[in-house]
Amino acid sequence: MQNIMFIWKREIASYFNSVVAFTVVDLFLLITGALFWLSFFSEINVLTMRGFFNQAPLFLAFFAPAITMGLIATEKRSGTLQLLMTMPVTEWQIVVGKFLAACTLLAVMFGCTLMYPLTLDRLGDLDWGATMAGYIGMMLLGGSYCAIGIMASSFTKDQVVSILVAFFLCFGLYLVDQLAGQPTGGVAYAFQYASTSYHFQNIARGVIDVRDVVYYLSLIVVCLYIARTVIASRRW
Amino acid sequence: MANQPSIVVEGLTKDYGDFRALDGISFKVEPGEIVGFLGPNGAGKTTTMKILTCFMAANSGSAKVVGKDVYQESEAVRRSIGYLPENVPLYEDMLVYDYLMFVAQVRGIEGAKREDAIRRVVKLTGLESVVNRDIYELSKGFRQRVGLAQAIIHEPDVVILDEPTSGLDPNQILEIRDVITEIGREKTVIFSTHILQEVSAVCDRIIVINHGKIVADGTFEELSDQVAESARGLVVEVESDTDMSAKFATLDDVTDVLRDGKTYRVLTRKESDVRKRLVALAAAEGIDLVSLRTYQPDLEETFRALTGGKGSVSSNDEEE
Ligand SMILES: Nc1ncnc2c1ncn2[C@@H]1O[C@H](COP(=O)(O)OP(=O)(O)OP(=O)(O)O)[C@@H](O)[C@H]1O
Ligand SMILES: [Mg+2]
Repeated sequence: MQNIMFIWKREIASYFNSVVAFTVVDLFLLITGALFWLSFFSEINVLTMRGFFNQAPLFLAFFAPAITMGLIATEKRSGTLQLLMTMPVTEWQIVVGKFLAACTLLAVMFGCTLMYPLTLDRLGDLDWGATMAGYIGMMLLGGSYCAIGIMASSFTKDQVVSILVAFFLCFGLYLVDQLAGQPTGGVAYAFQYASTSYHFQNIARGVIDVRDVVYYLSLIVVCLYIARTVIASRRW
Repeated sequence: MANQPSIVVEGLTKDYGDFRALDGISFKVEPGEIVGFLGPNGAGKTTTMKILTCFMAANSGSAKVVGKDVYQESEAVRRSIGYLPENVPLYEDMLVYDYLMFVAQVRGIEGAKREDAIRRVVKLTGLESVVNRDIYELSKGFRQRVGLAQAIIHEPDVVILDEPTSGLDPNQILEIRDVITEIGREKTVIFSTHILQEVSAVCDRIIVINHGKIVADGTFEELSDQVAESARGLVVEVESDTDMSAKFATLDDVTDVLRDGKTYRVLTRKESDVRKRLVALAAAEGIDLVSLRTYQPDLEETFRALTGGKGSVSSNDEEE
């Protein structure tokens, strides 16, 4: 357990040192902020975060892989992963520590966007239940994307390959239900269930259903498990 | 259990695809020994070390470190080793101090003792002046020292160093050697190198490895005797410039004569009586002998005799 924390701490420190992390967070805030204020001024009478929660997930599909792309790939390239693996740390601890660090950065990033609902709240009655549910959904979605990003990062030594693979997967999972068209057959339902946006929209409506939460958590566990296995396969 | 060997390797074989990098090597290292791993590029030194440090599995054979199997009790093994990989991988964006702190944590040093451990290795490896610098700013010599520091911070029983002095200037090499000798006072140390002087200066024992096989194992004196044995002969220096090779070659028991100016190496099957007959021959020919001595191979020759000759050794075929 302690090892997870040590690894988490190192990654956090490294994020605070890194230009990439800052750029990613800034860009995310800039883009979602611009969109938020635009819709804010055009639909001044609608006091809701719906617009934000509709757009942000799409951006996350790009920004989450951007913050996770180097987590394993660069360590593979530089050889520090090899050295780390000769220390008494398990692959799980490495992967989970890094995952939590990425989630922490996301949480900080989302924390910065809290000023939008706070602004709305000043102006009138904001549905805090739905807003909080939306944030929880964002965290689950973002966490899943980070897990996918870490998995992609474990496949390669190259950050660019890593982000492209992760972006492709995140985007694919986001759009998979729309590709399937109207949910009629069982296959279409399966596509819908596989889609990250479907579950996100459920949660953002303000209803936190166990099924949606389980979906995200399983996605996270599966991706981290694959990442762990890929790293470990180098060993044995 | 007190006197069990630090490292026992038996019949270790490692294949990369269909290339056999290690071919059934076996050796033992006793506690407190400093062992030099000597061999040309691509010999299999790094591969052996990766297996010993649990980074990689062998295809067959077994390796035990402090009595624990690297495969079955990997975590216990990893607790008792310190490792400096070949290219010294470090987290570039960290301060030296933060990095050592991180290693101290992950290596399981208790909270209260971490500061002391850092202070100890910083002093031992001479890092005082750079503890608060970013790692990417460091010169090669200091990077190497940071690598050494992280390998010994937890006072492991066995320290495995892959080319700890490569790419350093002569002064740095001497200083790093001193550090290794210092570490070796209490710990078992294995380090690999291409530099011959290094092994004879630092090591109790040398293991020479070539093409994935151990070709020699012993103290430097033993190895050089072994080479002298296989390449026994005389070194003759004469006054005159005339080529005596053909004359020397006519002597009984002489297998070959190599000429280098006025110095000849006379390779022989037996030694003692050739010497007399050679002196007689020289006298008969009216040639003054400047010196006559038994051939004793130097470091270079020992190395070349042990590793060279049999097939070329590729140096640029490493992957990853
Ligand atoms: N990951 C790998 N894939 C394929 N072949 C490899 C790999 N690693 C090493 N080899 C090959 O195995 C052989 C032994 O390599 P190793 O790195 O152990 O040699 P070495 O003795 O450490 O050499 P050097 O002195 O150059 O460091 C080499 O021929 C190398 O090309
Ligand atoms: Mg090597």
